[in-house]
Amino acid sequence: MAATHHPSSDTTRLAVETRRLTRVYKTRRDVTTALQDVDLKVGEGELFGVLGPNGAGKTTLIKILVTLLLPTSGQAFVDGIDVVKDYKRLRSRIAMVSGGEQAGYGILKVREQLWMFSQFYGMDSKSARSRIDELLERLGLADAANKQITGLSSGMRQKMNLVRGLMTDPRVLFLDEPTVALDVSAARDVRSEVRRWMNEDPTRTVILTTHYMQEADELCDRVAIVNRGRIVAEGAPRALKQSVDEDVIVDLQLDPGTPLLDRLRAIEGVGAASVREEDGVDRFSLLLADDGVLPRVMTTVEGAGRHVSGLVRRQPTLEDAFVKLVGRSMTEEEG
Amino acid sequence: MSTAQRLEYSPLRIFLKTIAARAYPRVMAANRQKTWVFFDMAFPVVGALAMVLVYQGLHAPRQYLGFVIMGGAMLAFWQNVLWSMGAQFSWDRGNGTLELYVISPTTFEAVLLGMALGSMFTVTLRAGAILVLGSFLFGISYAAAGTLPAVGIFLITLAALYCLGMLLASLFLFYGREAWHLSNAMQEPVNFLSGLYFPVHALGAYVGGAASLVPMTLGLDAMRQLLLPGTPVFIPAGTETLLVAAQIPVFALLAGISLRYMESRARTDGKLVTRWE
Repeated sequence: MAATHHPSSDTTRLAVETRRLTRVYKTRRDVTTALQDVDLKVGEGELFGVLGPNGAGKTTLIKILVTLLLPTSGQAFVDGIDVVKDYKRLRSRIAMVSGGEQAGYGILKVREQLWMFSQFYGMDSKSARSRIDELLERLGLADAANKQITGLSSGMRQKMNLVRGLMTDPRVLFLDEPTVALDVSAARDVRSEVRRWMNEDPTRTVILTTHYMQEADELCDRVAIVNRGRIVAEGAPRALKQSVDEDVIVDLQLDPGTPLLDRLRAIEGVGAASVREEDGVDRFSLLLADDGVLPRVMTTVEGAGRHVSGLVRRQPTLEDAFVKLVGRSMTEEEG
Repeated sequence: MSTAQRLEYSPLRIFLKTIAARAYPRVMAANRQKTWVFFDMAFPVVGALAMVLVYQGLHAPRQYLGFVIMGGAMLAFWQNVLWSMGAQFSWDRGNGTLELYVISPTTFEAVLLGMALGSMFTVTLRAGAILVLGSFLFGISYAAAGTLPAVGIFLITLAALYCLGMLLASLFLFYGREAWHLSNAMQEPVNFLSGLYFPVHALGAYVGGAASLVPMTLGLDAMRQLLLPGTPVFIPAGTETLLVAAQIPVFALLAGISLRYMESRARTDGKLVTRWE
């Protein structure tokens, strides 16, 4: 058996470490670099967020760390164990829960399915059932324990998936978009259970990928922002927000009309701009170098024949830091 | 359970528990979805009996009716190997279950054995129904002295067949839909070459020899020699039994190597995952 590797000389033990981690996908038609030279250090006991737009490389990173994918080059360690060389030993120490997960067998009831997965880890049946019941109760799913999986709502199903991830007591839990497509209440339950689980044992670590900035801001001790396979920023959410502290953040509501985003981005003094369509109006978020830029923005808007239905100046959020670093919002497709 | 008290379980314990756990959904499915009685038992029984009627209509020798009935019974196990074992990984990949198998400390062999064991009840019932009903309706009699050795050969054949199933399953780890087509393509030729409905002897030495790579070919022929006296001999039953028995470790070893290799290739090429953005 290979010796456990302690990748850091720091006093804090690392739960995850990657060194120049690179993953290239090759098909007959093209070559895609999903991750390039990613260096990452996550301390034991941290709740670490990985943020990035679609195609940024978040899921590739997670899949390498949970031993589903091999890196093209570089190294990765989870709980001090090499994910390439010693992956079999690692597997009893990790768990993964993905958003919208449909894994398992619909014919089974919730408690049965969870028991089945617990056996793949060798858990004693009695302890597994007791642990499952405890977690189902905590997530408000006790009444559904004997319900067939095909009859679960998406929220209930995702809570069940979370129980699966927690019941084996992993050293490092990987959550890949765990609250995607959940309603507010179910998402809140999932988030609070993750926090509670971590608080039970200060050595437990969670790696979370999410599209929801508010979720990352609320949950994560630190985050890394990934764009085009590279980490473009890393730090505590508060520290990242400070990077846009000196900018003026303006939210602009415009009635539908001609496309404006590129024109706004071209204005001198506009650090970043993003737009999302909501309730029939375009909501722009602008990072301006100072108040003096706003008149130029309004001139451009009026010149484009767009009608302003609202304008608010507000405090910076993690989303603003993200837009500034990446150049686009989380949901915006790359141009 | 705190991290300090964390238990590391032995591979053997995980192996055995996985077999039981993976068999469980199949047992529950048989219990909760009664439609299998029609689709997996009644219809195949009708199909096998129809083939017997064809032979009867052609005034084939009497033992040919027995060939069909025994072939129909063995077909149930072969189809189970092809579709409920090999192809199951394709379904499991589609809904993300395969990922969870891979990242757990269990092994593919244990998962596949669990699948096989879980469906053994329904498959055995199907095979038994064909054998009992067919024999009763068409008045087929078997040599009593050959019964016990035939049961032994049947079990050896089954073991070899399921080891072959593991080998086929490894293809699904890497090839997915392409392997699905392969299973489809293999079904009818193998049904034919294994002599499900006629003696393997009729295929001649070369074709019959090649068909012997599928354990069912020799196993079925040996059982027929013992139970239906007068069966044309392809290879003596004793030799056939030894050859099938030899296939067990060969297929088991190949399956183990292939599962590891295909997993490694699938991890390299990203084929274990359903999305990789």
